[in-house]
Amino acid sequence: MASYSTNEFRSGLKIMLDGDPCAIIENEFVKPGKGQAFNRVKIRNLKTGRVLDKTFKSGESVDAADVIDVDMQYLYSDGEFWHFMDPETYEQQAADANAVGEAHLWLKAQDSCEVTLYNGSPIGVTPPNFVELEITDTDPGLKGDTAQGGTKPATLESGAVIKVPLFLEIGERVRVDTRSGEYMSRVKK
Amino acid sequence: MSWQPCAKLEVIRERARVYNQTRAFFNNRGYLEVDTPVLMPATNTDANIDSIAVAHNERPLYLQTSPEFAMKRLLAAGSDSIFQICHAFRQGESGRLHNPEFSLLEWYRVGYDYRQLMAEIELLITTLSLRRCSFSYISYKDLFSQSLGLDIGEVTLESLRRHCRQLVPGTDAGGLEFDQCLDLLLSMVIAPSMQGYQFVYDYPESQAALARINLHDSTVAERFELFFDGIELANGFSELTDAAQQRSRFELDTKIRGNRGLPRYEIDERLLAALESGLEDCAGVAVGLDRLLMVILGLDSIDEVLTFRD
Repeated sequence: MASYSTNEFRSGLKIMLDGDPCAIIENEFVKPGKGQAFNRVKIRNLKTGRVLDKTFKSGESVDAADVIDVDMQYLYSDGEFWHFMDPETYEQQAADANAVGEAHLWLKAQDSCEVTLYNGSPIGVTPPNFVELEITDTDPGLKGDTAQGGTKPATLESGAVIKVPLFLEIGERVRVDTRSGEYMSRVKK
Repeated sequence: MSWQPCAKLEVIRERARVYNQTRAFFNNRGYLEVDTPVLMPATNTDANIDSIAVAHNERPLYLQTSPEFAMKRLLAAGSDSIFQICHAFRQGESGRLHNPEFSLLEWYRVGYDYRQLMAEIELLITTLSLRRCSFSYISYKDLFSQSLGLDIGEVTLESLRRHCRQLVPGTDAGGLEFDQCLDLLLSMVIAPSMQGYQFVYDYPESQAALARINLHDSTVAERFELFFDGIELANGFSELTDAAQQRSRFELDTKIRGNRGLPRYEIDERLLAALESGLEDCAGVAVGLDRLLMVILGLDSIDEVLTFRD
């Protein structure tokens, strides 16, 4: 199996730690001029999503994790699994609720997203930073109220509930930042 | 791909000002400016410092990790007090505060000991900063007892490793040796809470490097470091002038390098011959100029002062 030395550490690198695939978020080189060097790293466990700190003696090696991110098209959910397809190879993958996590709130059939494969199986799904979705339910709009300030809850076609300005109606499309879950703008039809 | 310099032009001008004032400072105090080779056939054997080897004919040459050995040969040749501004190189050191190539100011004052040298550093930094700076002093032992309640003269390796595991998240301290534990605690726990300019002096004898052992307390070496807000700026010694002691330290270094599977470096016989011919009592220090510039200008990373970092 491939391995990485601490001097190859950089953010985004996928390594094995205590049997789990992890991604390096931050790597800091710490060394007294005449003393031992260390690498202090922030690591995300790709299975649990948990972030942890780890300190390595510089020069140590860790196993590489067989993890790749693939752009895939979301097809449908059968209630238990979410199904994705590689648009180039037409190969399909089924991801369970654990792997999909919060991402299911933003998934709409045909949209593309990033699926993280560990040893060939999905362990994570990342939606695009911005998605456009239709409002399927919200209180009636207040005509002419386009001023700043008021918001109301709205349910989107993917199932997410977000806060939108008062003037928006059922059937309108909105642009949302999936990282914060915030409404960005109305999308003209 | 950007061809532009890494540092802003105003920082590049500040570096020139600092260099000019540094030269004036040392010229006024009777120092001789010297220029020693960057590329030499022998290098530092310190187990924690790796040299960059450069292929050349049959035998490699090494980019110097500091100008120390060559400057001591000049001192032994009777140069009297000397200073140098140069580049130094260290394999694998890269990060917010490190670059494999960096700038050093190194000087040696004949007749001084480490305490007198620390006072001279205060004066230099105050001059370069263009404002009054205050400096505090603490011994290495007191630093550990005041910051962590640890008596490093008494603590066992097992207990020290336990402290490492408790205080530094995600550390497997099992494989760390005594001094490696101290390095870990100093750089990850103690340094981040240091404030202002602080001299740490009287390092443990096991970390003597090229410093002489204190005559009154053989457990410590006459070595100091200067920190600013926990950033290491300088390392200095009352220089070890005893050739036999220096040889046994180099041999110990070489043994440790062998045990750790690190590249083996020949001992610098020319330096040892110079020490044998006689080196007057002197004190010397190396100041990291990139970091000093960072500190004077209030910048956060070495990138902001390096002219280029491609």
